[in-house]
Amino acid sequence: MSAPLIEMRGIHRTYVMGDNLVHALRGVDLVIEQGASIAIMGQSGSGKSTMMNLMGCLDQPTQGTYSLNGKDVSRLTRPQLADVRGKMIGFVFQSFNLLSRTSALENVEMPLMYQGISGRERHKRAMYALERVNLADRAHHHSSQLSGGQQQRVAIARALVGEAPIIMADEPTGNLDSKTSYEVMAILQGLVDQGITVVLVTHEPDIAAYARRVIVLRDGLMVEDRQQAPVRAETQVAS
Amino acid sequence: MSIWTTLKLAFRALWRNKVRSTLTMLGIIFGIGTVIAMIASGQGAREAVADVFRSMGTNLLIVTNGSVSTGGAAGGQGSRYSLTWKDLEQLENGEVPTVRWVTPVLQSKVQVASEDANWNTTVLGVKPSYFLIKSWAAKEGALFDDEAASNTGPKVAVIGSTVATQLYGTADPVGQAIRINGQPYEVIALLETKGQSGMGQDQDDTVIVPLKTYLQKMDRGIGKYISKGQLFVSVGSEKEIEHAEAQLTAFLRANHNLGPNDDDDFRIRNLAEFAMSQQASTERISTLLAIVAAMSLIVGGIGVMNIMLVSVIERTREIGIRMAVGAKPIDVMTQFLVEALVLAAVGGVLGIGFGAVLAKYMASYYGWKLFFPAATAAIAFAVSGGVGVVFGLYPAIRASQLDPIVALRYET
Repeated sequence: MSAPLIEMRGIHRTYVMGDNLVHALRGVDLVIEQGASIAIMGQSGSGKSTMMNLMGCLDQPTQGTYSLNGKDVSRLTRPQLADVRGKMIGFVFQSFNLLSRTSALENVEMPLMYQGISGRERHKRAMYALERVNLADRAHHHSSQLSGGQQQRVAIARALVGEAPIIMADEPTGNLDSKTSYEVMAILQGLVDQGITVVLVTHEPDIAAYARRVIVLRDGLMVEDRQQAPVRAETQVAS
Repeated sequence: MSIWTTLKLAFRALWRNKVRSTLTMLGIIFGIGTVIAMIASGQGAREAVADVFRSMGTNLLIVTNGSVSTGGAAGGQGSRYSLTWKDLEQLENGEVPTVRWVTPVLQSKVQVASEDANWNTTVLGVKPSYFLIKSWAAKEGALFDDEAASNTGPKVAVIGSTVATQLYGTADPVGQAIRINGQPYEVIALLETKGQSGMGQDQDDTVIVPLKTYLQKMDRGIGKYISKGQLFVSVGSEKEIEHAEAQLTAFLRANHNLGPNDDDDFRIRNLAEFAMSQQASTERISTLLAIVAAMSLIVGGIGVMNIMLVSVIERTREIGIRMAVGAKPIDVMTQFLVEALVLAAVGGVLGIGFGAVLAKYMASYYGWKLFFPAATAAIAFAVSGGVGVVFGLYPAIRASQLDPIVALRYET
């Protein structure tokens, strides 16, 4: 059997805040298989944001090892980390984080620029990614001309465009009303069905309910790890 | 990321803040513009000065009578007659090999008159070689030669353009009658306009007559000495001038029977020296102006740096997003550096245009030749690019060192 997609062993993350040491993570072990649907839950200060930053290769553990797709990424340089992010991970943020005064298409194309992909190919792939989130008809709208739900779908398209195997979604519905939330969750669930690993980071049980596996962090430690039958978002969209 | 994509991104980012980008560019435009204008006009001024001296002849030695001291009181220059007609004859016969042409120049201030006007001017009595030495050609008519100089027929005169205007207005002076000191002459040539000399005299305010005529009509005939005048000695080239000066000194000392302890009883002036000191002061001024202009370019560069720093802070979130999707620190650095470079380069191109207009205006205002060598423009462009790199580097490095986690959370 091949190595798991994500394998974290004895992860510690300590910050220096003034004169104090803050132990955000104090020894976490976590293995996630390819195609998993997992929610990381916890109150604020539990370490879930730190967990996401580490998993998303935005940060590195103070102690412990993290292998991504069988490759140790816990001791890489900043440029190497950027490279791993570009190839392996797509981010979806609570506040969408699209570039303002830039069209949806260009927002989606952006990650491909850093992989040295030609303009024509970028355009083609970005259009395909927008089709996957049903926004091909809004490709040339600027982000300010799109609704919140549409903006989040553009952000999902941006996460998809590089064919990354993992999507990290940090409170993806935090700024959306419930109906739009269902739509966005339905898209994310659809991606899981297509074999993409989706990691949801949330403090809301309602959102965690869409995942097949839920882990709960408290004070930098993993206190719960359970499997569940997920709620299907598309049934809620219909209702 | 390809260069093309990077450039496109930079142009778009700058276009989004048109007013800000334009104002920033103005600093570079004025900086480069003034540098170009100063260099071009400095060169123009230098050439103008050089022209003045070229018109006087830099391969020219002027030999004057020495001074006499009586009872301890030194007389002025030329107060002691020492140059003789024999000196001249021997020089004309090539006794000093470096001497190419030689002429005495006798002069006096006299009243000249046409039918309707009169004017006070300097009358020179010279040999025809004078025109060769000064490389002075006739604009109208023909200059006198040795024949005319020894001619016993009607007396002839060559006049400068200032005198022509004073006496004849716009009419063609050639063939007209002119009275010099009350004596009738015929104007046989109008000289080309030479303008001011290096000493600020109007060289065109002159009437030139053959030496022989001058000696007969203005002076009291030929004595032993060349009084009230000087010798213009022309050397083959400027390089030989020091050698010629030494030869000439030795020749005159021998001719005048001066012992080794005697002072020279003549004086040789070298125009090249004067030209060089004049040139040096022009150069000092234009260097100073160029330095001031360069300062303004530096100020423009600081403007670029300032705006880029503001831009990095404003776009912290964007930097975070780009890093999250895979931009490496070098990508972010390149993006901001290229933006600064584009600002500076576009400003540089516009500045070159502005400088060219300024230089042209200054050249026509001061009557200089317009100098705008391509090399200067190329250097200016390179300098503005350099300004972009130097002043864009620090903001770009700051941008590239942002922590993506912090940058993503940054609230604008």
